[in-house]
Amino acid sequence: MSKPHENEHNPHGPTARKEMSRRQFLSYTLGGASAFMIGGAALPMVRFAVDPLLQKKTDSDYVKVVEVSKLTAEPQEFNFEVLQVDGWYESKPTMTAWICKDEKGILALSPTCKHLGCTVSWNNNEKFKDQYFCPCHGAHYTKEGKQLAVARAPLDEYKVKVSEDGFVYLGSKQSNTRVQ
Amino acid sequence: MFKTVYNWIDERLDITPMWRDVADHEVPEHVNPAHHFSAFVYCFGGLTFFITVIQILSGMFLTMYYVPDIINAYYSVEYLQTKVAFGQIVRGMHHWGASLVIVMMFLHTLRVFFTGSYKAPREMNWVVGMLIFFIMLGLGFTGYLLPWDNKAYFATKVGMEIADTVPYIGPYVKELLQGGEIVGAQTLTRFFAIHVFFLPAALLAMLGAHFIMIRRQGISGPL
Ligand code: HEM
Ligand code: FES
Repeated sequence: MSKPHENEHNPHGPTARKEMSRRQFLSYTLGGASAFMIGGAALPMVRFAVDPLLQKKTDSDYVKVVEVSKLTAEPQEFNFEVLQVDGWYESKPTMTAWICKDEKGILALSPTCKHLGCTVSWNNNEKFKDQYFCPCHGAHYTKEGKQLAVARAPLDEYKVKVSEDGFVYLGSKQSNTRVQ
Repeated sequence: MFKTVYNWIDERLDITPMWRDVADHEVPEHVNPAHHFSAFVYCFGGLTFFITVIQILSGMFLTMYYVPDIINAYYSVEYLQTKVAFGQIVRGMHHWGASLVIVMMFLHTLRVFFTGSYKAPREMNWVVGMLIFFIMLGLGFTGYLLPWDNKAYFATKVGMEIADTVPYIGPYVKELLQGGEIVGAQTLTRFFAIHVFFLPAALLAMLGAHFIMIRRQGISGPL
């Protein structure tokens, strides 16, 4: 412990080394030990809780959906099953794609509305002839998925592969590659 | 920074007396291991509480992944233990803590017994302590079923058969605990509710009573 007058007689003034008070020493050691113990218990639990954010996301496998010869210029609705692994629960939910074929190739659109996630259909509203329309808040889209109202992005599309024997395979979703 | 925020609140709400009343009181010499090393026996109550806090925290986090359903319970525990980062640690804290809390509680009870601290005027706190003891046993019993593996299932069956042997009311107690005629889906949801809502609530109430009484009566004197 420093004596009260020691520093005043020190020619180097305040730069001189000051000894730590008993109170400071105790608060540092006790504080440090407590922080270590609390951290040791809390960090694993916090990392455990945020794990879903940090887990690797995997692309879904390509799934066989329909023969190319069945596709038309008019979008048609096709359902297919994908393997979905949700934590400990594996299931095969049914997905929907609206697929059409034109000079640019095969376009498989996802029917999830880009406004707030309801489901669109093709040609389901007489006011919007030959468009995709969403019943929730009235978003509508062109045949290529270009947004015309309400929504702020075009409909997503599925990755498409065509096999040698003429089948369409659909993979994971990506943003629309034809329009913005 | 912390000081400024504290002072700002303190000026308005005068919070210093509140925590002073809870936290700022002298540790008598006879319970301070720095004076007499053998006074470490007075730590077991605090250690029991420390592990209880760990149980409650780790339990809350486990509940983020666990589902109380006979099809999924086992897989959700397997998933959280093997696939989630630190899952083994967090489940381990809860698993080992459940045993350790009983050990600490037992040592604490021994200390209270051999220092005669249960005597007047502290009889009520002994009774509350016993209630805490039974609540802990209940937490251990109901929690043990939750992983829904063979060990869990048969341990609970054994428990049910023991309840069944109580004269007259045994079969009814058993059916009430099971939520039906078998150990099954309804037993699991029932045990889950008891484990994470009913008993922790009762435990917190009893711990509150325990600590308020200690604060009122002070720690018992030296031998
Ligand atoms: C002092 C309090 C507690 C004790 C003694 C206790 C005891 C237990 C035990 C023995 C198990 C079985 C562990 C295993 O087999 O690995 C268990 C599982 C579980 N407990 Fe607790 N528990 C307590 C508090 C809580 C609280 C407060 C919650 C939630 C809010 C909770 C949630 C769970 C869950 C979700 C499981 C199933 C997961 C697993 O088995 O690892 N527990 N508990
Ligand atoms: S969700 Fe489709 S319009 Fe709002």
